[in-house]
Amino acid sequence: MEGNLNMVGYGLAAIGPGIGVGLIFAAYIAGVARQPEARGTLQGIAILGFALAEALAIIGIGLAFAL
Amino acid sequence: MRTQLLAAGPGFEAPGPADFEFPPLFTVAGFEFTKPMLIVVLGTIAVAAFFYVAARNPKLIPGKLQFAGEAAYGFIRNSVVLDAIGAKNGKKFVPYIATLFFFIAALNISGIIPILQFPATSKIAIPAFLAVISWVIYNAVGIRRQGFVGYFKNMMFPPGLPWPIYILLAPLEFFSTFVIRPFTLALRLAMNMFAGHLVLLLCILGGEYMLTEGTGALPFLSWVGFLGGIVLTFFEGFIQILQAYVFALLSAIYIAGAMEAEH
Repeated sequence: MEGNLNMVGYGLAAIGPGIGVGLIFAAYIAGVARQPEARGTLQGIAILGFALAEALAIIGIGLAFAL
Repeated sequence: MRTQLLAAGPGFEAPGPADFEFPPLFTVAGFEFTKPMLIVVLGTIAVAAFFYVAARNPKLIPGKLQFAGEAAYGFIRNSVVLDAIGAKNGKKFVPYIATLFFFIAALNISGIIPILQFPATSKIAIPAFLAVISWVIYNAVGIRRQGFVGYFKNMMFPPGLPWPIYILLAPLEFFSTFVIRPFTLALRLAMNMFAGHLVLLLCILGGEYMLTEGTGALPFLSWVGFLGGIVLTFFEGFIQILQAYVFALLSAIYIAGAMEAEH
Protein backbone atom coordinates (compact mmCIF):
# COMPACT_ATOMS: atom_id res chain seq x y z
CA MET A 1 0.00 0.00 0.00
CA GLU A 2 1.44 3.26 -1.11
CA GLY A 3 0.62 6.43 0.65
CA ASN A 4 1.61 9.98 1.13
CA LEU A 5 2.98 11.11 4.48
CA ASN A 6 1.90 14.67 3.68
CA MET A 7 -1.71 13.56 4.11
CA VAL A 8 -1.00 12.18 7.58
CA GLY A 9 0.60 15.51 8.40
CA TYR A 10 -2.42 17.33 7.01
CA GLY A 11 -4.70 15.20 9.17
CA LEU A 12 -2.74 16.23 12.24
CA ALA A 13 -2.68 19.87 11.14
CA ALA A 14 -6.46 19.90 10.65
CA ILE A 15 -7.10 19.10 14.34
CA GLY A 16 -6.44 22.68 15.42
CA PRO A 17 -8.71 24.46 12.92
CA GLY A 18 -11.31 21.73 13.52
CA ILE A 19 -11.44 22.55 17.22
CA GLY A 20 -11.47 26.25 16.40
CA VAL A 21 -14.40 25.95 13.97
CA GLY A 22 -16.28 23.88 16.56
CA LEU A 23 -15.76 26.51 19.24
CA ILE A 24 -16.84 29.34 16.93
CA PHE A 25 -20.11 27.68 15.95
CA ALA A 26 -20.76 26.58 19.53
CA ALA A 27 -20.50 30.21 20.59
CA TYR A 28 -22.71 31.28 17.67
CA ILE A 29 -25.41 28.75 18.52
CA ALA A 30 -25.32 29.72 22.18
CA GLY A 31 -25.54 33.39 21.22
CA VAL A 32 -28.56 32.85 18.96
CA ALA A 33 -30.25 30.68 21.60
CA ARG A 34 -29.91 33.42 24.19
CA GLN A 35 -30.85 36.26 21.91
CA PRO A 36 -32.62 35.13 18.73
CA GLU A 37 -33.07 38.68 17.42
CA ALA A 38 -29.27 39.12 17.21
CA ARG A 39 -29.05 36.36 14.63
CA GLY A 40 -28.29 38.61 11.64
CA THR A 41 -25.42 40.37 13.38
CA LEU A 42 -23.98 37.18 14.83
CA GLN A 43 -24.13 35.33 11.52
CA GLY A 44 -21.68 37.66 9.82
CA ILE A 45 -19.26 37.50 12.73
CA ALA A 46 -19.56 33.71 12.95
CA ILE A 47 -18.89 33.21 9.23
CA LEU A 48 -15.95 35.61 9.39
CA GLY A 49 -14.44 33.77 12.35
CA PHE A 50 -15.12 30.44 10.68
CA ALA A 51 -13.39 31.66 7.52
CA LEU A 52 -10.32 32.83 9.46
CA ALA A 53 -10.01 29.53 11.34
CA GLU A 54 -10.65 27.49 8.22
CA ALA A 55 -7.97 29.40 6.31
CA LEU A 56 -5.37 27.50 8.34
CA ALA A 57 -6.76 24.14 7.32
CA ILE A 58 -7.03 25.30 3.70
CA ILE A 59 -3.42 26.48 3.64
CA GLY A 60 -2.54 23.08 5.12
CA ILE A 61 -4.21 21.10 2.34
CA GLY A 62 -2.75 23.40 -0.29
CA LEU A 63 0.75 22.83 1.03
CA ALA A 64 0.15 19.10 1.45
CA PHE A 65 -0.28 18.85 -2.32
CA ALA A 66 2.27 21.47 -3.27
CA LEU A 67 5.27 20.36 -1.18
CA MET B 1 6.94 12.98 -0.71
CA ARG B 2 5.67 9.56 -1.63
CA THR B 3 6.55 6.84 0.85
CA GLN B 4 5.96 3.15 0.93
CA LEU B 5 3.71 2.71 3.98
CA LEU B 6 2.95 -0.99 3.64
CA ALA B 7 3.96 -3.78 1.31
CA ALA B 8 2.82 -3.04 -2.22
CA GLY B 9 -0.44 -4.72 -3.19
CA PRO B 10 -1.85 -5.07 -6.70
CA GLY B 11 -1.81 -1.60 -8.14
CA PHE B 12 -4.75 0.63 -7.30
CA GLU B 13 -3.86 4.00 -8.71
CA ALA B 14 -5.16 6.46 -6.12
CA PRO B 15 -6.66 9.65 -7.60
CA GLY B 16 -4.41 12.65 -7.24
CA PRO B 17 -3.74 16.12 -8.65
CA ALA B 18 -3.14 14.50 -12.05
CA ASP B 19 -6.91 13.92 -12.34
CA PHE B 20 -7.39 17.68 -12.58
CA GLU B 21 -5.44 17.97 -15.82
CA PHE B 22 -7.51 17.62 -18.97
CA PRO B 23 -6.39 17.16 -22.53
CA PRO B 24 -7.67 19.99 -24.76
CA LEU B 25 -11.03 19.33 -26.41
CA PHE B 26 -9.94 21.32 -29.46
CA THR B 27 -7.27 23.86 -30.29
CA VAL B 28 -7.90 27.21 -31.96
CA ALA B 29 -4.71 28.93 -33.14
CA GLY B 30 -2.60 27.48 -30.35
CA PHE B 31 -5.29 28.22 -27.74
CA GLU B 32 -6.28 25.00 -26.02
CA PHE B 33 -9.93 24.77 -25.06
CA THR B 34 -10.32 22.36 -22.13
CA LYS B 35 -13.21 20.89 -20.16
CA PRO B 36 -13.03 23.43 -17.28
CA MET B 37 -13.30 26.25 -19.83
CA LEU B 38 -16.32 24.55 -21.38
CA ILE B 39 -17.90 24.38 -17.91
CA VAL B 40 -17.23 28.09 -17.34
CA VAL B 41 -18.94 28.93 -20.65
CA LEU B 42 -21.90 26.63 -19.95
CA GLY B 43 -22.24 27.92 -16.39
CA THR B 44 -22.27 31.53 -17.55
CA ILE B 45 -24.90 30.74 -20.18
CA ALA B 46 -27.02 28.78 -17.68
CA VAL B 47 -27.03 31.57 -15.07
CA ALA B 48 -27.68 34.30 -17.63
CA ALA B 49 -30.44 32.30 -19.32
CA PHE B 50 -32.14 31.49 -16.03
CA PHE B 51 -32.34 35.09 -14.90
CA TYR B 52 -33.21 36.36 -18.37
CA VAL B 53 -36.13 33.95 -18.70
CA ALA B 54 -37.22 34.55 -15.09
CA ALA B 55 -37.29 38.34 -15.54
CA ARG B 56 -38.28 38.58 -19.22
CA ASN B 57 -41.98 38.94 -18.70
CA PRO B 58 -42.55 40.05 -15.10
CA LYS B 59 -46.07 39.84 -13.76
CA LEU B 60 -47.62 41.14 -10.57
CA ILE B 61 -48.55 37.60 -9.64
CA PRO B 62 -45.33 35.71 -10.40
CA GLY B 63 -45.29 32.41 -12.22
CA LYS B 64 -43.15 29.51 -11.07
CA LEU B 65 -39.99 30.59 -12.85
CA GLN B 66 -40.32 34.25 -11.93
CA PHE B 67 -40.89 33.23 -8.33
CA ALA B 68 -37.77 31.06 -8.33
CA GLY B 69 -35.67 33.85 -9.79
CA GLU B 70 -37.03 36.42 -7.36
CA ALA B 71 -36.57 34.13 -4.37
CA ALA B 72 -32.96 33.35 -5.32
CA TYR B 73 -32.07 36.97 -6.01
CA GLY B 74 -34.00 38.19 -2.97
CA PHE B 75 -32.12 35.83 -0.70
CA ILE B 76 -28.75 37.23 -1.75
CA ARG B 77 -30.06 40.78 -1.69
CA ASN B 78 -31.67 40.67 1.75
CA SER B 79 -29.83 38.16 3.86
CA VAL B 80 -26.32 38.56 2.42
CA VAL B 81 -25.73 42.05 1.04
CA LEU B 82 -28.18 44.27 2.89
CA ASP B 83 -27.51 42.45 6.17
CA ALA B 84 -23.74 42.74 5.87
CA ILE B 85 -23.32 46.20 4.32
CA GLY B 86 -26.49 47.89 5.51
CA ALA B 87 -29.66 48.91 3.70
CA LYS B 88 -28.39 52.40 2.84
CA ASN B 89 -25.01 51.61 1.26
CA GLY B 90 -25.57 48.03 0.23
CA LYS B 91 -27.91 48.50 -2.72
CA LYS B 92 -25.29 49.21 -5.36
CA PHE B 93 -23.29 46.11 -4.46
CA VAL B 94 -26.24 43.72 -4.82
CA PRO B 95 -25.64 43.03 -8.55
CA TYR B 96 -21.97 42.21 -8.02
CA ILE B 97 -22.48 39.93 -5.01
CA ALA B 98 -25.45 38.18 -6.62
CA THR B 99 -23.48 37.57 -9.83
CA LEU B 100 -20.59 36.27 -7.77
CA PHE B 101 -22.80 33.88 -5.85
CA PHE B 102 -24.69 32.42 -8.80
CA PHE B 103 -21.61 32.16 -11.01
CA ILE B 104 -19.64 30.31 -8.33
CA ALA B 105 -22.64 28.16 -7.40
CA ALA B 106 -23.13 27.13 -11.04
CA LEU B 107 -19.45 26.24 -11.49
CA ASN B 108 -19.40 24.36 -8.18
CA ILE B 109 -22.57 22.42 -8.86
CA SER B 110 -21.15 21.20 -12.16
CA GLY B 111 -19.06 18.91 -9.95
CA ILE B 112 -22.09 16.68 -9.29
CA ILE B 113 -23.95 17.12 -12.59
CA PRO B 114 -23.66 13.91 -14.65
CA ILE B 115 -21.43 14.13 -17.75
CA LEU B 116 -19.83 17.44 -16.64
CA GLN B 117 -18.74 16.05 -13.26
CA PHE B 118 -15.97 18.49 -12.65
CA PRO B 119 -16.12 21.54 -10.38
CA ALA B 120 -14.46 24.19 -12.56
CA THR B 121 -13.68 26.26 -9.45
CA SER B 122 -11.19 23.61 -8.32
CA LYS B 123 -8.86 25.15 -10.91
CA ILE B 124 -7.15 27.89 -8.89
CA ALA B 125 -7.26 30.45 -11.73
CA ILE B 126 -11.04 31.00 -11.55
CA PRO B 127 -11.37 31.67 -7.78
CA ALA B 128 -8.10 33.62 -7.88
CA PHE B 129 -9.45 35.97 -10.50
CA LEU B 130 -12.75 36.40 -8.64
CA ALA B 131 -10.81 37.11 -5.45
CA VAL B 132 -8.77 39.76 -7.26
CA ILE B 133 -11.98 41.46 -8.40
CA SER B 134 -13.31 41.47 -4.83
CA TRP B 135 -9.94 42.74 -3.56
CA VAL B 136 -9.93 45.64 -6.02
CA ILE B 137 -13.54 46.51 -5.18
CA TYR B 138 -13.17 46.61 -1.40
CA ASN B 139 -9.94 48.58 -1.55
CA ALA B 140 -11.41 51.02 -4.07
CA VAL B 141 -14.48 51.48 -1.89
CA GLY B 142 -12.32 52.07 1.19
CA ILE B 143 -10.05 54.59 -0.55
CA ARG B 144 -13.01 56.41 -2.07
CA ARG B 145 -14.83 56.62 1.25
CA GLN B 146 -11.98 57.58 3.55
CA GLY B 147 -9.26 58.90 1.26
CA PHE B 148 -6.00 57.11 0.60
CA VAL B 149 -4.31 58.08 3.89
CA GLY B 150 -7.48 57.77 5.93
CA TYR B 151 -8.18 54.27 4.66
CA PHE B 152 -4.71 53.00 5.52
CA LYS B 153 -4.76 54.79 8.85
CA ASN B 154 -8.12 53.34 9.86
CA MET B 155 -7.15 49.90 8.70
CA MET B 156 -3.69 49.66 10.25
CA PHE B 157 -4.28 51.79 13.36
CA PRO B 158 -7.72 51.02 14.77
CA PRO B 159 -8.33 53.81 17.31
CA GLY B 160 -8.61 53.34 21.05
CA LEU B 161 -5.52 51.27 21.79
CA PRO B 162 -2.33 52.14 23.72
CA TRP B 163 0.38 53.06 21.20
CA PRO B 164 2.89 50.21 21.84
CA ILE B 165 0.27 47.76 20.57
CA TYR B 166 0.45 49.36 17.13
CA ILE B 167 4.04 48.18 16.63
CA LEU B 168 2.68 44.66 16.59
CA LEU B 169 -0.78 45.32 15.21
CA ALA B 170 -0.13 47.59 12.23
CA PRO B 171 1.98 45.15 10.15
CA LEU B 172 -0.34 42.33 11.12
CA GLU B 173 -3.45 44.20 9.99
CA PHE B 174 -1.72 45.32 6.79
CA PHE B 175 -0.65 41.77 5.99
CA SER B 176 -4.09 40.40 6.84
CA THR B 177 -6.02 42.85 4.67
CA PHE B 178 -3.82 42.91 1.59
CA VAL B 179 -2.34 39.43 1.44
CA ILE B 180 -4.22 36.94 3.60
CA ARG B 181 -7.75 38.00 2.63
CA PRO B 182 -7.60 37.58 -1.17
CA PHE B 183 -5.27 34.61 -0.81
CA THR B 184 -7.57 32.66 1.50
CA LEU B 185 -10.68 33.76 -0.41
CA ALA B 186 -9.33 32.08 -3.53
CA LEU B 187 -7.65 29.15 -1.84
CA ARG B 188 -10.65 28.25 0.34
CA LEU B 189 -12.95 27.84 -2.62
CA ALA B 190 -10.41 26.07 -4.83
CA MET B 191 -9.21 23.68 -2.15
CA ASN B 192 -12.72 22.83 -0.92
CA MET B 193 -13.74 21.88 -4.44
CA PHE B 194 -10.43 20.11 -5.03
CA ALA B 195 -10.71 18.01 -1.87
CA GLY B 196 -14.39 17.26 -2.48
CA HIS B 197 -13.79 16.10 -6.03
CA LEU B 198 -10.86 13.99 -4.88
CA VAL B 199 -12.96 12.27 -2.21
CA LEU B 200 -15.71 11.49 -4.73
CA LEU B 201 -13.15 10.08 -7.17
CA LEU B 202 -11.61 7.98 -4.40
CA CYS B 203 -14.96 6.46 -3.37
CA ILE B 204 -16.19 5.69 -6.87
CA LEU B 205 -12.91 4.59 -8.44
CA GLY B 206 -12.10 2.59 -5.31
CA GLY B 207 -15.49 0.87 -5.43
CA GLU B 208 -15.05 0.12 -9.11
CA TYR B 209 -11.56 -1.27 -8.54
CA MET B 210 -12.76 -3.52 -5.72
CA LEU B 211 -15.63 -4.81 -7.87
CA THR B 212 -13.70 -5.50 -11.04
CA GLU B 213 -10.17 -6.35 -9.95
CA GLY B 214 -10.35 -7.11 -6.23
CA THR B 215 -9.51 -10.55 -4.91
CA GLY B 216 -11.09 -12.58 -2.10
CA ALA B 217 -13.85 -10.71 -0.26
CA LEU B 218 -13.16 -7.36 -1.97
CA PRO B 219 -15.82 -7.60 -4.76
CA PHE B 220 -18.49 -8.22 -2.12
CA LEU B 221 -17.38 -5.17 -0.17
CA SER B 222 -17.36 -2.81 -3.14
CA TRP B 223 -20.84 -1.52 -2.24
CA VAL B 224 -19.19 0.33 0.65
CA GLY B 225 -17.29 2.46 -1.85
CA PHE B 226 -20.35 3.11 -4.01
CA LEU B 227 -22.51 3.92 -0.99
CA GLY B 228 -19.85 6.37 0.17
CA GLY B 229 -19.89 7.89 -3.31
CA ILE B 230 -23.67 8.37 -3.26
CA VAL B 231 -23.77 9.85 0.26
CA LEU B 232 -20.82 12.13 -0.43
CA THR B 233 -22.42 13.37 -3.65
CA PHE B 234 -25.27 14.84 -1.61
CA PHE B 235 -22.80 16.17 0.93
CA GLU B 236 -20.80 17.76 -1.90
CA GLY B 237 -23.92 19.43 -3.24
CA PHE B 238 -24.42 21.04 0.16
CA ILE B 239 -20.75 22.07 0.45
CA GLN B 240 -20.78 23.56 -3.05
CA ILE B 241 -23.70 25.87 -2.29
CA LEU B 242 -22.20 26.69 1.11
CA GLN B 243 -18.84 27.68 -0.38
CA ALA B 244 -20.49 29.96 -2.94
CA TYR B 245 -22.41 31.53 -0.04
CA VAL B 246 -19.24 31.94 2.03
CA PHE B 247 -17.40 33.58 -0.87
CA ALA B 248 -20.25 36.02 -1.50
CA LEU B 249 -20.77 36.78 2.20
CA LEU B 250 -17.06 37.35 2.85
CA SER B 251 -16.84 39.68 -0.15
CA ALA B 252 -19.78 41.63 1.27
CA ILE B 253 -18.23 41.71 4.75
CA TYR B 254 -14.90 42.96 3.37
CA ILE B 255 -16.68 45.72 1.44
CA ALA B 256 -18.60 46.64 4.59
CA GLY B 257 -15.37 46.69 6.60
CA ALA B 258 -13.71 49.04 4.10
CA MET B 259 -16.70 51.40 4.28
CA GLU B 260 -16.77 51.85 8.00
CA ALA B 261 -14.68 54.70 9.31
CA GLU B 262 -13.84 52.80 12.47
CA HIS B 263 -13.45 49.13 13.26
